[in-house]
Amino acid sequence: MRLPTIALTLLLLAHAPAHAGKTLDQVRQRAQLACGVSTGVIGFSATDSQGRWNGMDVDICRAIAAAVLNDAAKVKYVPLNAQQRFTALQSGEIDLLSRNTTWTLTRDASLGLHFTAVTYYDGQGFLVPRKLKISSAKQLKNAEICVQSGTTTEKNLGDWFKAQGIKVKPVVFEKFEASIKAFFSGRCQAYTTDASALAFIRSKEAPNPDDYVVLPELISKEPLGPVVRRGDDEWFAIVKWVIFALIEAEEYGITQANLEQMKASPDPAIQRLLGGAEDSGKLLGLERDWAARAVKAVGNYGEIFQRNVGSASPLKLPRGANALWNKGGLLYAPPVR
Amino acid sequence: MPAQRWRNLLVQTLIAAGLLALLWWLLDATATNMRERGIRSGFDFLLEPAGFGIGESLLPFDSTDSALWALAAGLANTLRVALPAIFISTMLGTLVGLGRLSPNLLLRKLCAAYVEALRNVPLLLQLLAWYFIVTDLLPAASEALQLAPHVFLSKSGLSVPWLGGDDGLLDLPQRGAMNVSGGAAMTPEYLALLLGLSLYTAAYVAETVRAGIAAVPRGQSEAALALGLTRLQNFRLVLLPQALRGIIPPLTNQHLSLTKNASLAVAIGYPELVSVANTTLNQTGRAAECIALIMAVYLILSLLTAWLSAWLERRSGRWADRS
Repeated sequence: MRLPTIALTLLLLAHAPAHAGKTLDQVRQRAQLACGVSTGVIGFSATDSQGRWNGMDVDICRAIAAAVLNDAAKVKYVPLNAQQRFTALQSGEIDLLSRNTTWTLTRDASLGLHFTAVTYYDGQGFLVPRKLKISSAKQLKNAEICVQSGTTTEKNLGDWFKAQGIKVKPVVFEKFEASIKAFFSGRCQAYTTDASALAFIRSKEAPNPDDYVVLPELISKEPLGPVVRRGDDEWFAIVKWVIFALIEAEEYGITQANLEQMKASPDPAIQRLLGGAEDSGKLLGLERDWAARAVKAVGNYGEIFQRNVGSASPLKLPRGANALWNKGGLLYAPPVR
Repeated sequence: MPAQRWRNLLVQTLIAAGLLALLWWLLDATATNMRERGIRSGFDFLLEPAGFGIGESLLPFDSTDSALWALAAGLANTLRVALPAIFISTMLGTLVGLGRLSPNLLLRKLCAAYVEALRNVPLLLQLLAWYFIVTDLLPAASEALQLAPHVFLSKSGLSVPWLGGDDGLLDLPQRGAMNVSGGAAMTPEYLALLLGLSLYTAAYVAETVRAGIAAVPRGQSEAALALGLTRLQNFRLVLLPQALRGIIPPLTNQHLSLTKNASLAVAIGYPELVSVANTTLNQTGRAAECIALIMAVYLILSLLTAWLSAWLERRSGRWADRS
């Protein structure tokens, strides 16, 4: 952390917010949603060759902008590193932190934040060179493990190997690029991060993907999801329910393509979700068609997944734990009614 | 003029009070805002278990040790690289600085080229370059080079026998299935940082030394040589004592920046103070506290260095007067 960051952090913390608890009004007034994202995690939040932001976390920002401002493009993306992210949210620089952030007790209970909902169930895994002939993380005794700082990863590593009674040496890098460069040059015998990122690193960054294997163990639970500031319950509810609406849309089979036909569906649940029969938007302080706008902008949860990290993306991750509850996964949205 | 003096005193007191009030306001506003937003603050987290490992540490460290001990291990790692680097850069810099004053044209130009090349490339780039050179050139840890019995060199670093170990005597590095374990290891991160910091700072030290010596009036040398002193005697007894008084204060600045520059190690994965504090910050979310701690530690380190140098300066002053 450099000196300007330090000075900025202190100034931001000292600066009093103008209207605490009025995030919705502020977002409407400036006609823009300030969304904190990562500095580049493919599939979650990263820019393409034209500088446009893409990814699951980015789509959540777009869905909320669509529900609140009726325009998914009215988002200001604020790229944040792991150290800056919570301070940026606490100080009011961003309205929403949608940046592959793990929900933990310490963060939820002591940082003045609320985790809204889980948008991706991840877990920490290991990538190793095939020539080491390792088939389990338990064989990593005395190994040096490359890891990027500023994540829950380092602590999981400490905990898991402590529990196994195995000693390993973490080699901690500040930047993602430096950490994988070191790993692929052979500095470490293993690389660790969330399994979703390992798949990408193996397929896109490895000199030859077949020379590397992802070990079967997942050593942690990493529920990732958007975070809001405490003290604004209305905004907390809006973010939460837009995410639930995207999940529920998948459950009812509402897609970006069939949205207009679905509006004519006789199913009361679909009518309620899309603002036909009841005005659920009023309770959230939004327009009647808030959920329909979100689905129209980014599609339902399943579409967001396939496009960014699933079969239609370079990552090709399986749905796994991120399938709907009635399809063997963990995604379960409380009912919109 | 007592009235004038009183007025000056009053103005100075007011300015000092204003500065203190500003500082207090900044701290108070931060604390109040954090409390209002439900952000926990305080330094209690320092006594909780750190929970993460540190790859290489001079102090014995385990993930169940406290966060405070983790920071201490980080500080020890900072000093472990800063102190040798200060020594190497001062020695090398002095030689290069003298080289720039040499009557030998080739030596003079080579030393000038060294200074210009090293001080005009950002240190961060130099560190990354050294690091990737070191890790790319060395063999993989599973195929470590054996330089001597129980001395191994590989991408995992240089492993040498060290005190301790299971029998309490000597801990010998062993080649394992994956890498070399045991003994004392100097990792590539440490070697690259030591090399980068030393070579970079040496360029500045060279200029300081050259300027200090050039600042001694030419007549002094001429008089010494006329009196029959040899070139070495002239340098040792006439030039150096007078030059040192001009060299030590800027040299201290170089040592201070070297210590602070050691924090660039986060880029190449050496676990020094800032790297460990960053990790602690991320685990606990106590941003203001961790940053305040880093600032306090560097302030204390810098004040200590400055104090040491002031003492050296007084001594060298006395020495110069006596000779």
